[in-house]
Amino acid sequence: MEPAVETKKLTRVFNPKKKKEGASVRALNSVDLKIEKGELFGLLGPNGAGKTTLLKILSTLLLPTSGKAYVSGLDVEKDYVEVRKRINMVSGGEISGYGLLTVRENLWMFSQFYGIKSSIALERIDDMLGKFGMLDKKSEKVRTLSTGQRQKMNVIRGFVTDPQILFLDEPTLGLDVNASRTIRDFILDWVRKSERDKTVLLTTHYMAEADQLCDRVAIIDDGRILACDSPENLKKLVKSETTLRLDVTTMKDQRVLGTIPGVEKFTSTDDLENNITSLRFVLGDESAISDIVSGVAKGGSKILALRKTEPTLEDVFIKLVGKGFE
Amino acid sequence: MAVRSDLRTFKNAAWLGWQMEANWTDPFLFVIYSIIKPIAGTLILVFMYLVITSGATNTLFFSYMYVGNAFYMYVADVLFGVTWVIHDDREHYMTLKQVYIAPISFYMYIFGRAAIRIAITSMGVFLTLLFGVLVLGVDINLAAVDWPLLALALVLGLACLCIMGLALGGISFLTAKHGQGINEGVAGVFYVLAGVIFPITILPGWAQTVSRLLPVTYWMEAVRRGLEPAVMAGLPGSTGLQSLSNLQLMLALLVSTVAFLFISLGIFKYADKVARRKGKIDWTTTY
Repeated sequence: MEPAVETKKLTRVFNPKKKKEGASVRALNSVDLKIEKGELFGLLGPNGAGKTTLLKILSTLLLPTSGKAYVSGLDVEKDYVEVRKRINMVSGGEISGYGLLTVRENLWMFSQFYGIKSSIALERIDDMLGKFGMLDKKSEKVRTLSTGQRQKMNVIRGFVTDPQILFLDEPTLGLDVNASRTIRDFILDWVRKSERDKTVLLTTHYMAEADQLCDRVAIIDDGRILACDSPENLKKLVKSETTLRLDVTTMKDQRVLGTIPGVEKFTSTDDLENNITSLRFVLGDESAISDIVSGVAKGGSKILALRKTEPTLEDVFIKLVGKGFE
Repeated sequence: MAVRSDLRTFKNAAWLGWQMEANWTDPFLFVIYSIIKPIAGTLILVFMYLVITSGATNTLFFSYMYVGNAFYMYVADVLFGVTWVIHDDREHYMTLKQVYIAPISFYMYIFGRAAIRIAITSMGVFLTLLFGVLVLGVDINLAAVDWPLLALALVLGLACLCIMGLALGGISFLTAKHGQGINEGVAGVFYVLAGVIFPITILPGWAQTVSRLLPVTYWMEAVRRGLEPAVMAGLPGSTGLQSLSNLQLMLALLVSTVAFLFISLGIFKYADKVARRKGKIDWTTTY
């Protein structure tokens, strides 16, 4: 099966109009990437890393300087007409739209460019407006919408055409927590329900978003892909230990907990005034967690709080790039 | 399949164009504006003519000038309208990239938007001619109108304007929002060189040669011969194209239109590729 997206040594250089405007910028530098059909793939990187440039090339808005890019096996440079039948793109912070049209008309018009039967399109639009909490706005002119509402309308525009491959460029940029969650849940649901028929390539600089949504994540900086794997595997690149902290009711004999297989380090502190014992474990193997919980119960104590600290994608990024996101 | 897709694109673009053109104000104001704007625009020239000729509107040349000026509205509006589609979608509504990556023929999108411009301009041209006949005594006799010639000239001429608009639309991909001067400049060239308000024989020799390369020149002559045959027959002096029969005139219009079709397609495709190479499709003007 051909990959949904593939790039081979993809390079894009932006040259300034005049020499005095500065040097050329290599936005993409020999990028090799393969995204399988049905994947929810994340491209994680700071501003200016090259994420949007890659999406623009894949969505036929921009030509590469060198290298190749394929969507559904089609060359984006030569077969752009066929590529466009299979894709759609939404950019975060996008407030575009024909202000004189209503929300429903605006979405309907774009659906018609994709040859979707009008009745199906309208049904789909109403359904999505409902899911995004905008059904009451469907007859309002686009010009009257708030920035966030316009952004949500544009996200709907991307899904309403039911593309095989959807490019989402920072889809939750600038949105409030609830709106961001709605969009993330919708994306996840859309991909999962398609039974590996739909592919999403999502760019973000929100670590948690990439971690929560994506099957695989590529970390990009300065136009180069630095690593590409599942979030879990990427986190394994950072060999920090997993730490488990438990607050339990006062526990008399704690030594047995330190002998549980998989526990590398064990410390405890008693707070007699509040009748609390704080336990701290450094784990070599996370399967020890259930044994620890059982051990606490056997010791006659109750767990009051449990906290596990893990490496994050930010740790991975810092390890790979040597700096965090600005 | 492709034809159906193209027709659908044309229809939807025309629908969008109508919503944009007609919904910017309430219907009453829109109608008033649509009536007053073309007539007021024409009256500027009429008053200039009246001042120069001391009030003579009953001459053949007045009718010649008035009809040419009325039909020139198509030239200005269609050329301006097509390029404005690109600028407006990109700079104002920021929807150009969404339309651009849709699986449609961008030509049909532009032609659909232009069709509404033509429809609205047609109303303006009709009202201007009606005003001319009823108020200023412009010599148009409906019984004498050569309808087949007029209809054919209109179809071919308007197609030609859309085709030329396509080239300007392509160039608009590459220009900033102040690039509107390009289409105004091109329309201005046609105003001077295409025999709109005076016969091309008034121009110097080299300019007449350029005039004869422009399809608009043949279009203006054909429209006048169709609409006001008596004026064209009685006009003192030569229009520069009188030696051509109607058939030859239409052939010249057809050939020059086809030539411009290839030129325009070439310019559009080249500009499109340059715009994709330079990343200008979703570019908005910043200073």
